[in-house]
Amino acid sequence: MGNCADVIIIGSGIIGNATAYYLADKGCSVIVLEKSDHIGGGGSSRNGGGVRQSGRDRRELPLAMYGAANLWPTLSEELGMDVEYYQKGNLRLGKTEDHLKILKGLTDRASAQGLGVTMIDQKEARDICPYLSDEVIGASWCPTDGHANPMLATLAYYRKARQLGVHFITGETVIEIKKYKGKARQVITDNNVYEGGTIILAAGYESRKIAASVGVDIPMTQALLEVLVTEAQPPMFYQMLGTAMADFYGHQSTHGSFVFGGSSGFEDFNKSNGTPLTNSQTASCICRGIMKYFPCLSNAKIVRTWAGFIDVCADHVPVISHVEEVPGLILACAFTGHGFGISPTVGTILSQMATGEEPVLSIKDFRYDRFHTKI
Amino acid sequence: MNKRNDRFADIGPLMPQPDDDMIICRCEEVTKGEIRKAVHDGMFTLTEIRRYLRTGMGLCQGQTCSKLVKSIVAKELGLTPGDIEPAVSRAPMRPVEMKILGNDRKEV
Repeated sequence: MGNCADVIIIGSGIIGNATAYYLADKGCSVIVLEKSDHIGGGGSSRNGGGVRQSGRDRRELPLAMYGAANLWPTLSEELGMDVEYYQKGNLRLGKTEDHLKILKGLTDRASAQGLGVTMIDQKEARDICPYLSDEVIGASWCPTDGHANPMLATLAYYRKARQLGVHFITGETVIEIKKYKGKARQVITDNNVYEGGTIILAAGYESRKIAASVGVDIPMTQALLEVLVTEAQPPMFYQMLGTAMADFYGHQSTHGSFVFGGSSGFEDFNKSNGTPLTNSQTASCICRGIMKYFPCLSNAKIVRTWAGFIDVCADHVPVISHVEEVPGLILACAFTGHGFGISPTVGTILSQMATGEEPVLSIKDFRYDRFHTKI
Repeated sequence: MNKRNDRFADIGPLMPQPDDDMIICRCEEVTKGEIRKAVHDGMFTLTEIRRYLRTGMGLCQGQTCSKLVKSIVAKELGLTPGDIEPAVSRAPMRPVEMKILGNDRKEV
């Protein structure tokens, strides 16, 4: 296979892989270029696996609702391997009256947009998840939320796309995008030149540098998140968990291990050198947070910890957009840590944008030129 | 790091071997045949194999099987084990109970 294709995708995270799959399914030829040695080595494999609708920005909510209703439930079957999707609901827990006020605000806003999410009291929360501590006095409950395995979902899209003939190349660092006759045409890497009718830039935070080569800038920065994983526990509960204070989130996986993300408060001051490093204090801090909500897990052993970067957009909503000044270029970045749950929807939409179809949902809120200075 | 790796490269067909049922990762009970098949599914790095099959993700965190997995993957790709990057080791060194780990730097 040569270096030309209908579509060149930069970045083999779950957004790039899903888009590659949906495009190949439509009969397009696709090349995916990935800088790192590993498929999905960034935020796609390093996230809490939430397939949430509750707690979303109003602009993002339709993407999440579409995916939970139409794509996630049949994804394992479609891709030919289990992505460990559970649609068992999301509990967002509160321990104080202030917490409940925060949850009530989130719940009211999501309900107004048609999402089935309600406030429940301590007893109702216990009926759903009997392992909660006495400190939990209420929760918000969205029964159609869920979680999936981020590593498997990312690799499942990759595997299926590869089977359909998508050409993936890892270790291929994109330097710039070049225009030809006013249209994005070439992707220059440190080794090669690739040509595509459409170029999709889905490289997370790295997208900013690459977009700069055609004069486009998305205001985003990087943030580090940390996660810990327990040894396998007997099956306990399969709800996705969060808290009003966002001090931790997580779920139990098919394997039995719990995967919990959280923060120490020092995320902005991490001594990162470009590699996502875990801080020695964070795992302990997350453990203390979890044990307040789930004392029964205090004997569970932590087997590993890891960290990952998320690309944080100035307004915390992704950019999914054509670029008027650069026809042929589509941006899909700045997902702000919310990308995994909406990736099947976004992949579907990007494949429609690249083939000139009308996207299944409106993307007007995700334009690249929506950012304005404060005065 | 960052070696060009074409996932379209032809590594030949997956041929059954008599010891494909042998368990390589004891913690997560992954067999040699499953590892070989994963390579043919496109998992060309040890990190991808871990994420795909859970080799080295159990209680010992790969301290027992990682060399074996590496040599199986290398052979399947027509490489030597030295050509393949090991997967990253992650803290803690040994499994630690949450109630113990939670004591570290705790405000008292």
